[in-house]
Amino acid sequence: MSDLLSISDLSITFDHGPRVVDGLSFSIDKGQTLALVGESGSGKSVSALSILRLLDERHAAYPAGHIRYKGEDLLQAPEKRLRQIRGRHISMIFQEPMTSLNPLHTVEKQICETLELHKGMRGPQARKRCLELLELVGIPAPETRLTSYPHQLSGGQKQRVMIAMALANEPDLLIADEPTTALDVTVQKQVLELLKSLQQKLGMAVLLITHDLSIVRRYADYVVVMERGKMVEQGATEALFRSPSHTYTRKLIDAEPPEHPLPATSGTETLMTVNNVNVHFPIRKTLLGKVKESFHAVQDASFELRAGETLGIVGESGSGKTTLGHALLKLTPSTGQFSLCGTELSALSQKAFRPWRRRVQIVFQDPFGSLSPRMSVEEIIREGLEIHEPGSSGQHEARVIQALKDVGLDPDARHRYPHEFSGGQRQRIAIARALVLQPDLMILDEPTSALDRTVQKQVIELLREIQARYRLSYIFISHDLAVVRALSHKLLVLRQGRIVEYGDAETIFREPQQPYTRELLNAAFFYQSTTN
Amino acid sequence: MATLSPIQRRRLSNFTANRRGFWSLWIFLVLFGLSLCAELIANDKPLVVSYHGNWYFPVIQQVPEETFGGFLPTEADYRDDFIAGEIESNGWMLWPPIRFSYNTINYDLTVPSPAPPSAENWLGTDDQGRDVAARVIYGFRISVLFGLTLTIASSIVGVAVGALQGYYGGKIDLFGQRFIEIWSGLPMLYLLIILSSIVQPSFWWLLGIMLLFSWMGLVDVVRAEFLRARNFEYVKAARALGLDNRRIMFRHILPNAMVATLTFMPFILTGAITGLTSLDFLGFGLPSGSPSLGELIAQGKANLHAPWLGISAFVSLAVMLTLLVFVGEAVRDAFDPRKN
Repeated sequence: MSDLLSISDLSITFDHGPRVVDGLSFSIDKGQTLALVGESGSGKSVSALSILRLLDERHAAYPAGHIRYKGEDLLQAPEKRLRQIRGRHISMIFQEPMTSLNPLHTVEKQICETLELHKGMRGPQARKRCLELLELVGIPAPETRLTSYPHQLSGGQKQRVMIAMALANEPDLLIADEPTTALDVTVQKQVLELLKSLQQKLGMAVLLITHDLSIVRRYADYVVVMERGKMVEQGATEALFRSPSHTYTRKLIDAEPPEHPLPATSGTETLMTVNNVNVHFPIRKTLLGKVKESFHAVQDASFELRAGETLGIVGESGSGKTTLGHALLKLTPSTGQFSLCGTELSALSQKAFRPWRRRVQIVFQDPFGSLSPRMSVEEIIREGLEIHEPGSSGQHEARVIQALKDVGLDPDARHRYPHEFSGGQRQRIAIARALVLQPDLMILDEPTSALDRTVQKQVIELLREIQARYRLSYIFISHDLAVVRALSHKLLVLRQGRIVEYGDAETIFREPQQPYTRELLNAAFFYQSTTN
Repeated sequence: MATLSPIQRRRLSNFTANRRGFWSLWIFLVLFGLSLCAELIANDKPLVVSYHGNWYFPVIQQVPEETFGGFLPTEADYRDDFIAGEIESNGWMLWPPIRFSYNTINYDLTVPSPAPPSAENWLGTDDQGRDVAARVIYGFRISVLFGLTLTIASSIVGVAVGALQGYYGGKIDLFGQRFIEIWSGLPMLYLLIILSSIVQPSFWWLLGIMLLFSWMGLVDVVRAEFLRARNFEYVKAARALGLDNRRIMFRHILPNAMVATLTFMPFILTGAITGLTSLDFLGFGLPSGSPSLGELIAQGKANLHAPWLGISAFVSLAVMLTLLVFVGEAVRDAFDPRKN
């Protein structure tokens, strides 16, 4: 019983339904990092929340199992005792830094609240401790940040404040629920390194919940793999990665996307030329509607795309990659020229551009938001056909069926609604909607970011296959360099609306010329390079 | 049934799954259907008359009194003892279950009006000797017809205005909202009082005047829904597919706004019915003599010693409004895609 936290045979149900978590057992030693790994829906977050009994107990129930913290069963503990433990002995950081800080309170107030609660610190003493904590988590100029509100901080800074709050009372165990998923790669690396160094400094245990195996491999000592609520495997990190015994673990480990794109079909003609495209967003206007101040979202973007080729556009959030994609579709007003097959598109009005839309299609990031929830799959896919190719409904139906087959879905599913499908299937539906019009160019705006790694890999395989079959061109927008590498022939690196680097993808991945590109690649492939 | 798509079939089954709403709809439809044939249920003319071997249908044809041995060329009064006796002795006549129309005055009352319920006047009579049961049936019909027409008309206007404001935003939205703010500041009741002193407000007049103000109820909901939805990815996806603005608004955003609209509809409908009732109650509604539940309530208030007046009006209004709200709930469930 030397373990800090031991969970044995834990089961959780909601509203007397099936067991969401079934027979989970593991234990964490002092100073150890344990990673809980699995795809979305595998029950990792629910398990983590149950440790502090944060699940809504009007719905959640624990039919079996124990959660022992230093020998004390938390499942039997009264609420009062739990409140003493929460934030003091065990604390937690959440995935979404945007919503886990109260927008109405200053940084100081949020951090001092937990200090006052557990240690009775207030006034100048609490303030001093607060400054120490902000310094500890590496926030520059902490004095000025004390009075900041969450909206004045960047995503990375918010996550640092969250960590400072969690560490305020020097807990024995920190539960980190996907702490970096919502952050950019470079920030992700900084936050993880910070957590690691703090752990060493303070000697606490960390329960790291993540779906990203590259992070696990670098930071965790011990791994527990979960699939649909059941623990399938656990073991020391190195041993588990070297010889995974369960097929599911092997599938997770093998889900890394391929390293190179399929070769582009040779001797290809230019499909799209983009010349000095600029996008401005007005920030302030005068009374008469004249723009006083504007935000330059995309500056002088120029590139060329050949038929059957993929251009990858990478950059951190806010770098203007999505805006550029939207500008090429005329979903956002822009200046500059772009043309498709020699026809100038930038000069066309919205109405004149409409017939061209069938040739340039888009797939969005969010597979939940991009399909109309009130239309059946068939209605969604055939809608474009009805506009661009008036024909009999029998012909349309045949095309819809073909498109569904192309993306690997059962054509019988076409009468169902989007909410009945998983994220990966929905993304396939979105691809089918674009594909059914037989476009020349597809703009893929982070199509895999919202998906689990294993599903991501399937979608990438699908995109590669479709490209080869129909000789499509892609503009692939993503912040995930591993995915971009699997598809792109050309690469364009954006930073704050400017093109930092543009050229052959292979060359850039091998020898990045610009320091920013190097930093980006380093942050993205850093976990692999240290472990391989 | 064979032409229903699986989606429509599911909506239908969602609707029927809400038993309360499903039965409310049937009860309401039966009541409404019956009240549409009010002339055959409550009338002061017989349905069929057989006189000297000839057949007459007084409900749909005008038969002069001379036909039945009277002296006047005007329409026969079948409740008159002389005419009734003449017909009975030379044939027969078939009466509807209630032998009074909404404006028939019962001159044969043995007690002063308002008369309490009796075998002849099932719900009694009002203070002018008119049968309450007949007036309730006709009043129910006019209330529902008025409510439905007003609801449909104001929904069409409200949704259209809200959609345009929300979808285009900018100046259209700005000026539209300011206009609505000013317009909703106009006092509708006083306007009605002023108008009713100039013209005698008829059914259509009242509908028009109430429509002038009732369309604003839906604008805010629909506008908010459109403002929200125009930035949804699937709306962007629809634009990227090449859909024109009209199609995007109708096919992609409107169905979203419809849930809000449909949840509001029962309230608009009940609001329209109560609106008409209260105007009638105050005496600014339908022309005097028309069958109206509001007027019945006013009589109930004026004749507290005759509780059958107030109770009849209250029960019929309560039943009608409750049924409509239940139906509205079931409709809302039916269009909810997350419900299985």
